[in-house]
Amino acid sequence: MSFTTAQIWTIIIGLGLGSYLLRLSFLGIIGNRDLPEWVLRHLRYTAVAVMPGMITPLILFPQATDGTLDPVRLGAAAATIAISFLTRNATLTIFGGAAVLFALHFAIH
Amino acid sequence: MAFSKDFWQGVRDGTPFILVILPFGAVFGVVATEAGLNLAQVMGFSVLVIAGAAQFVAVQMMVDNAPVLIVLAASLAVNLRMAMYSASLAPHLGKISWWQRGVVSYFMVDQAYAASILKYEQTPDMTPQRKMSYYFGVITPICPVWYLATWAGAALGTAVPAGLPIDFAVPITFLALIVPMLRTLAHVAAAMVSILGVLVFAFLPFNLGLLLAALLAMMAGAEVERRLALRRQA
Repeated sequence: MSFTTAQIWTIIIGLGLGSYLLRLSFLGIIGNRDLPEWVLRHLRYTAVAVMPGMITPLILFPQATDGTLDPVRLGAAAATIAISFLTRNATLTIFGGAAVLFALHFAIH
Repeated sequence: MAFSKDFWQGVRDGTPFILVILPFGAVFGVVATEAGLNLAQVMGFSVLVIAGAAQFVAVQMMVDNAPVLIVLAASLAVNLRMAMYSASLAPHLGKISWWQRGVVSYFMVDQAYAASILKYEQTPDMTPQRKMSYYFGVITPICPVWYLATWAGAALGTAVPAGLPIDFAVPITFLALIVPMLRTLAHVAAAMVSILGVLVFAFLPFNLGLLLAALLAMMAGAEVERRLALRRQA
């Protein structure tokens, strides 16, 4: 990369400050005022609206395999979903998913 | 602030995320160091930005020598979801003091948000103070590990074995968080729209596809909930 030290710190501090303002935005402004019901109804779905979309490309087109479908990662994702459905326990799911991921990795490679 | 039962429950619920944060932080440390940043700059990212995905985007675009403003715009776009988290947490944590909201905002990361919102929905009788204690409990094992892992990655550099699928730690944790949230038809509808939307809008630059998909998914969830409520009344 060809950035000066000042440019690098401009990016770090700008991204840090901007990210903090995004995080503070609603929590800081709204404070203890009550939000209208229709707004709350939308906000209830924030997590399930953002997170599935965020990980879909990571599962289907991983950068590590240059964006091509990867049986190891697909298998691990399917196993993780199944373990989560069966156990309803985040800790078990994470350990189980990681175990299947590495088992498939070493079985195939 | 006394370390209450809620705080320790949060610590317990946050601890498994170390499994994700550790490799994620270490990989960032390695990648950023290999890109040419010094230790202070790498740590500057993890301490001041404290958002892995945005940090990776910024470093990748710096490697590509994108203009400073474009680097900032693209990486901030990745963090726009934090504004949604902020809005989503406001009904739960809006009544705590301004400086506590300021501290929660600094520590607003995906795992802490997801674990907390799940807890708040499962136990709606929690007071704002108890919700805050839980939140601080969740971030206690997460955020220090993020700084340490980044430092270790930057210090160890290329000693991490190549070819291991550690990138996939991130989707695995998120799946562990999402699946228990799919409690109603409305939640399932929102998740489906989110997945389809991201694929349909994949052509949009700067991660705008995810934001558009998320907005449509929130509308889908809210609309399904409204219609189901109407049907129950009828």
